[in-house]
Amino acid sequence: MIRIIVDPAPIDVGAEMLMAEGGGSGAVATFTGLVRRDDGVSTLELEHYPGATEAALHDVARGAVDRWQLSAATIVHRVGIMHPGERIVFVAAAAPHRAAALEACAYLIDRLKTDAPFWKRETRGDRPAWVEPRVTDDVAAARWDDGAG
Amino acid sequence: MRLKLLYFAWVRERIGRGEEDVDPPSTVASVADLVDWLATTRGAGHAAAFVDRDRLRAAVDQRFVPLTASIIGAREVALFPPVTGG
Repeated sequence: MIRIIVDPAPIDVGAEMLMAEGGGSGAVATFTGLVRRDDGVSTLELEHYPGATEAALHDVARGAVDRWQLSAATIVHRVGIMHPGERIVFVAAAAPHRAAALEACAYLIDRLKTDAPFWKRETRGDRPAWVEPRVTDDVAAARWDDGAG
Repeated sequence: MRLKLLYFAWVRERIGRGEEDVDPPSTVASVADLVDWLATTRGAGHAAAFVDRDRLRAAVDQRFVPLTASIIGAREVALFPPVTGG
């Protein structure tokens, strides 16, 4: 089961966990990304490309399901305005055993960072600035390209 | 060739709008051609948005493509900065 949500509403991790656990698999691995509190950001705004975003996330999830034989792959990404401490993104991978679940979970978050059309804008004080892409994100995503994952 | 253009993030801000319909001449065959045509015919905002091609990404009919990709027969082209989600 692939579940893709792109929405301004806060992410209900408990409800998402229950759904990911509902498929009868032996292992569920999850990752939650939060707006950092420590670097002076007052608000974070997420812009996206409606339609293309959901399609790109579906492709990422499909890649994980096929590669690790997952029973469930979930990607929930918040959009709009967020504050420090709030959840930006939640991913879950359900598999028969922990190694596949953990690897698939890392794949989901690594790939969505480079493959899906989201743009972050941070506001510090009253100055908004678009976040620059990080080379480390490209490196993290590329490690899954060679089939070694 | 009628095309719907979509702009996101600082590309949208520099151009001053999120979308527009255009009708480029038939010599405009690739995304790069389209960017050149927009930058030279649509005013200072477009020129400013497209000044650094290394920081420009594109999608044709919602598929991510290099700037060299064809737009022949396309209905929608999106132009935007490198993505920063997650």
